[in-house]
Amino acid sequence: MATIDPETIHDVEGVGVHNVHRHDVVVVGAGLAGLRAAVEASEEFDVAVLSKVFPTRSHSGAAQGGIAAALSNEEEDHLEWHFFDTVKGSDYLGDQDAIEIMVREAPIVVREYEHYGAPFSRTPEGRIAQRKFGGHTKDFGRGGPVLRACYAADRTGHVLLHTLYEVCIKNGVRFYPEFFALALIVEDDVCRGVIGWDVINGGIHVFHAKAVLFGTGGYGRVFKITSNALSSTGDGLSLVLRAGLPLEDMEFVQFHPTGLYKQGILVTEGARGEGGYLLNGKGERFMEKYAPEKMELAPRDLVSRSIQTEITEGRGINGEPYVHIDITHLGEEKIMRQLPQIHELAWKFLHVDCIKEPIPIQPTAHYSMGGIPVNKNCEVLADGKEKIVEGFYAAGECACVSVHGANRLGTNSLLEASLFGRRAGKSIRRFLRETREFPSLPADAAKGAIDQVNRLLSADGTERVADIKAELQERMMADCGIFRNPEKLSAMFDELRSLEARFKNIGIDDRSPRFNVDLIEALELCHMLDFAELIVAGALKREESRGAHSRTDFPKRDDENWLKHTLAWRKDGKITFDYKPVVITRFQPKERTY
Amino acid sequence: MAMITFKINRYNPDDERRGHCVQEYKLDVQKGQTVLDCLNEIKWHQDGTLTFRRSCRSGICGSCAMTINGVNNLACEVQALALKSNVVTVEPLRGYTVIKDLVVSLDPLVDGLLAVKPYLIAKTPPPTDHERLQSPEEREKIDGLYECILCGACTSSCPSFWADKKYLGPHAFLKAYRFVADSRDEGQQEHMEALDDKHGLWRCHTIFNCVEACPKDLNPTKAISELKKELVKQKMG
Repeated sequence: MATIDPETIHDVEGVGVHNVHRHDVVVVGAGLAGLRAAVEASEEFDVAVLSKVFPTRSHSGAAQGGIAAALSNEEEDHLEWHFFDTVKGSDYLGDQDAIEIMVREAPIVVREYEHYGAPFSRTPEGRIAQRKFGGHTKDFGRGGPVLRACYAADRTGHVLLHTLYEVCIKNGVRFYPEFFALALIVEDDVCRGVIGWDVINGGIHVFHAKAVLFGTGGYGRVFKITSNALSSTGDGLSLVLRAGLPLEDMEFVQFHPTGLYKQGILVTEGARGEGGYLLNGKGERFMEKYAPEKMELAPRDLVSRSIQTEITEGRGINGEPYVHIDITHLGEEKIMRQLPQIHELAWKFLHVDCIKEPIPIQPTAHYSMGGIPVNKNCEVLADGKEKIVEGFYAAGECACVSVHGANRLGTNSLLEASLFGRRAGKSIRRFLRETREFPSLPADAAKGAIDQVNRLLSADGTERVADIKAELQERMMADCGIFRNPEKLSAMFDELRSLEARFKNIGIDDRSPRFNVDLIEALELCHMLDFAELIVAGALKREESRGAHSRTDFPKRDDENWLKHTLAWRKDGKITFDYKPVVITRFQPKERTY
Repeated sequence: MAMITFKINRYNPDDERRGHCVQEYKLDVQKGQTVLDCLNEIKWHQDGTLTFRRSCRSGICGSCAMTINGVNNLACEVQALALKSNVVTVEPLRGYTVIKDLVVSLDPLVDGLLAVKPYLIAKTPPPTDHERLQSPEEREKIDGLYECILCGACTSSCPSFWADKKYLGPHAFLKAYRFVADSRDEGQQEHMEALDDKHGLWRCHTIFNCVEACPKDLNPTKAISELKKELVKQKMG
């Protein structure tokens, strides 16, 4: 291996002297996980954050309803209850050691946000206000819904994201906004940095680092109807696969029950937490049939399946593929105080005044439970099990700790991103205190990325990126969505192979290096095609129904054969699988009803 | 459904010969399609070189602020048919340097923001085992301030900014007041230091363009007048 002396890092082949940067820590992604890690690490070390969008445009900002923590500000609550709810919500696939850490540290993380200046809504006593959310209950599921979601109206993600950006400014974090990560530099299980593309000016940059953290987010854009941003294309996952590392539990994709009809834009679960009803075409509160106790506040996998069943059986509104969420009975004052953004979204996108009429909704691809396997300190696992990649960390939606198992509870994602971002920052600090030297860089570190960009910039084939992407999204929605069966999954797998072949024949219109979104969209599609196969193949393998993964031919959970995590690699186009056991400490799996 | 002609400002820094120009695209627009949906349609199916920022497409990230039929707005929040016009002009936000087509430099936006120390300054250490208390009434004072998405539409509409590119801009003042008005903040002077300056607060001539331009219905002019009062109070001692 030709390596470069760390003191002469300016010799990476094909990269200009001014395009080689060196930082103790390089964070990729500026959502809650990335920024929270940056805040933590910047207390002690030099931190740079790369983000393909300006930091405050990150998709964490679109989260609405709240962040979970058993603060007991509004009523009795316990860490143990939150622990149980999360385990049960995960359909017993969540690792209980990690979940225990999460529920224990949750109150600290939420209070720190307040100390940083986040403008939470308040109780009459001046404490952080809390609301109900699906799957969060009293007394180990025996009681009703509990007030656990800490919120700022229905803009919780927005306020947390902006607060972290502000603290990063205060701490002198170096931002590289609108830099797109092209490759991860890993050799001999040591992470050495990242290759990035300067979107504004064009050009390949090398980021040489002692520690790299991925907080690169999810991939809702693999599906046609999604709550996710156009930029939620799971880029980090593809970079990890290409570095020869595995991904975990990719078959588990959450569909949020309430997306605006046709748009998929999120209508917060807080709307049901505040008392909203779901109604079918006959005007029935159909959740009575599916979750007689918790009704609309059952977990998301169950509510999404219920809505889909109503639609499939012809009980959508006027037989159309949507149902209603009705919050009119909450009254104008409460809607405008607690759910102002929902009012705005329904009006601007569907011309529906939710104070007077119900909102048309359908399930929408929302969150990926799986991702980059990490241990409790957010160190990435080279074998998916124990062996770590030195200096490489991941947190948030792109990572799989796994606290969400087969189904995430609402408000646990802002918590996970923040809390494990913070833990990652702390592990990085510990690591850097013992690591004086920068790892050496391979002289040809940028070669793959340079070739890829050059190839795409001169691509003059006959296929359009947009057409391949649209077909991918439509087929994934139809064949790998809420309900799955082996025929459709197999067909989808073949379809992916054909889309990959078509991708080799793409042409792009824009050849200029500067702000080339045509190039970025081609890179994103290439990334999505990389890992979509793992979602489909994992779903085909897993012959059971658990959480968000629902197989019509295996409608029951099968703990005997499938109480285990999937690990999958993709090398030279071939997928290999391995499995690892679930960590069970406190709660033995039992039947999951609501 | 209607056929709309989009007249879009184009500029490619790598094609100096063409310089700035306007290009027309025709599109069959369906009910429910936003201007952003239309721009995507054009980019994806007619001309991949057309360049604009976009991300959340639900009005919360602030990427797609641009000038549509002369009015600053988020392209993702404007229903194309609601413009009731078969010609729609789309321009980059005014006042900023154009990078390419509808993409402008965000540097002045960030510079203005940094000048006001945009973070909570608390000198009293927070309690170790719980949050600081803040009454709902105190919290209400920052409603209409904390919702800013930093899209830049306000500052782009401001004649004071057109005349002086170092003018901090309404977005920066709104952010400053978001902290000055926060009962937990103890750094009023630090936030306001940069405001009493030739590029600061006094260059606001209450033209209210920023109020009209804000896609989130916020009111930077009100924040500015409150800050002016604070500044006078500080000066009069």
